[in-house]
Amino acid sequence: MSTFFLAVALLLLAFFWQITLSGIQRKVTARIHRRVGSPWYQNFIDLFKAWSKSSISHGFIYDFGVLMALGGTIATLIFVPAGNLIVFKNLDNFFVIVYLLAIGSLGMAMSAVGSGNPWASIGVMRALTQMLGYELPYIMTVFGIIYANKTASIHAIAEAQQTMGIMGWNMFRMPLGVIVGFISLMGMLGKKPFDTPIAPAEIASGPLVEYGGKHLGMLMLQHEFATFVEVGLFVNLFMGGGTIITFLIKYFVVYMLATMIASVVARFKIDQLVTFYYKVPLALAFIQTAIIIFTGLGVSIWL
Amino acid sequence: MALNENEKINEIDVNELDCRDTLTFWEKFGNIFRSKSIWMLHYCTGCGAMELPPTMTSRFDMERIGMAPMATPRQADVLLITGYLSVKTLRRIIYTYEQMQNPKYVVGFGSCTLNGGVYYDSYAVISRLDYYLPVDLYIAGCMPRPEAVMSGFKKLMDMIKKGEALGWKRYQKYYDWYKKNQVRALGEVYVKDEFHE
Ligand code: SF4
Repeated sequence: MSTFFLAVALLLLAFFWQITLSGIQRKVTARIHRRVGSPWYQNFIDLFKAWSKSSISHGFIYDFGVLMALGGTIATLIFVPAGNLIVFKNLDNFFVIVYLLAIGSLGMAMSAVGSGNPWASIGVMRALTQMLGYELPYIMTVFGIIYANKTASIHAIAEAQQTMGIMGWNMFRMPLGVIVGFISLMGMLGKKPFDTPIAPAEIASGPLVEYGGKHLGMLMLQHEFATFVEVGLFVNLFMGGGTIITFLIKYFVVYMLATMIASVVARFKIDQLVTFYYKVPLALAFIQTAIIIFTGLGVSIWL
Repeated sequence: MALNENEKINEIDVNELDCRDTLTFWEKFGNIFRSKSIWMLHYCTGCGAMELPPTMTSRFDMERIGMAPMATPRQADVLLITGYLSVKTLRRIIYTYEQMQNPKYVVGFGSCTLNGGVYYDSYAVISRLDYYLPVDLYIAGCMPRPEAVMSGFKKLMDMIKKGEALGWKRYQKYYDWYKKNQVRALGEVYVKDEFHE
């Protein structure tokens, strides 16, 4: 029973925190563009407005895919430890999360293709190609961390970093790895240089092109939850989790850094994107993993 | 298309007829959110669209009143008809309008949508928009300055909040009338799905 309440608490935390942050993110972007920007609660209004509109269906797959995406993402979310708010202790395995996260993406891909719009198919194709780009360097770096810690449990990795103080964070022990992790994170979040799948000016929002009203509202919520999973994973793996307050502060810093970078750069083409991921981050991930394997833990030799 | 004087287009004036009925609590509640978050479709038809880039960017920053551009009609709330509308474009506009999700609003920019403007008796351009689509708000000017555009949007927000922007209900209720006018303007070519013929 307590697991149930913990899960609900985690979901509510993710909902309010992440949607507030995406409002602040719009404000920050606007300030960088020298605008005033929308108020911080704008994203709540957008979400509730989307739920108050009517929407149409393009068939069973279209409806079911949306539910599968949202449900899959919520299922992933409750495995991510937020500071000391851990719902399934000892079950928060990295592989479980990676496995479940795919359900969300696949549900969305299925539903978008089910809408029958050619832009949606192109968008889904781009999204899956992009996934091919960032998954490989990211997984390689995380395997390095798992190899060094001899465990794949997220909260065990986070706790192992806390015992050594701030210099024990994987961020400082594997500087190459954190660069790879951050670049991959930007790709996962679909932030600016890597927002190829939803390019509004070229393919009219890509996978989202046919969604309106309630369906769009649910997918916006799915996107916010997926963001919480991805940033939460990054904070736990590289910045050592912490208590719930420090977790949220670290989360804020990472998310705002990604936003600031995203607001000053332009979009990659899909072929440039994959070439980029397979050149720089993959090479860095190789070097990082080699260092971990041949010298023990990270670059901790110089610490 | 410019109206032939002898040919009466409409026996009734739908803009006079009332389609307001009592709003339920949830509709009133929804209207508050709808009025604060307006997504517009940037499918720009005439020269009035030239005023939108300054309205969107740093100088007049439309995002601060909660407006954002959207690339697809399914997600948009407002359809902007930015000026003159040729008959060919009218057909696309009708497809676009009918694809939008239900509380949807139409804003007409400039004198061209109001009475034809400089294209009053052109053979290729329609002269009054509200024969073909239910317009909620006109913004006067040729072309309206960004200040006028912003104040027009503020007015639209007020209308939505009070439940006065009911163009979409009028379109459903008097669909036959609109359809007749549309078919008449488009001539032989009926409004149909030409992409899947
Ligand atoms: S009203 Fe003036 S600015 Fe607007 S479309 Fe017509 S001619 Fe152009």
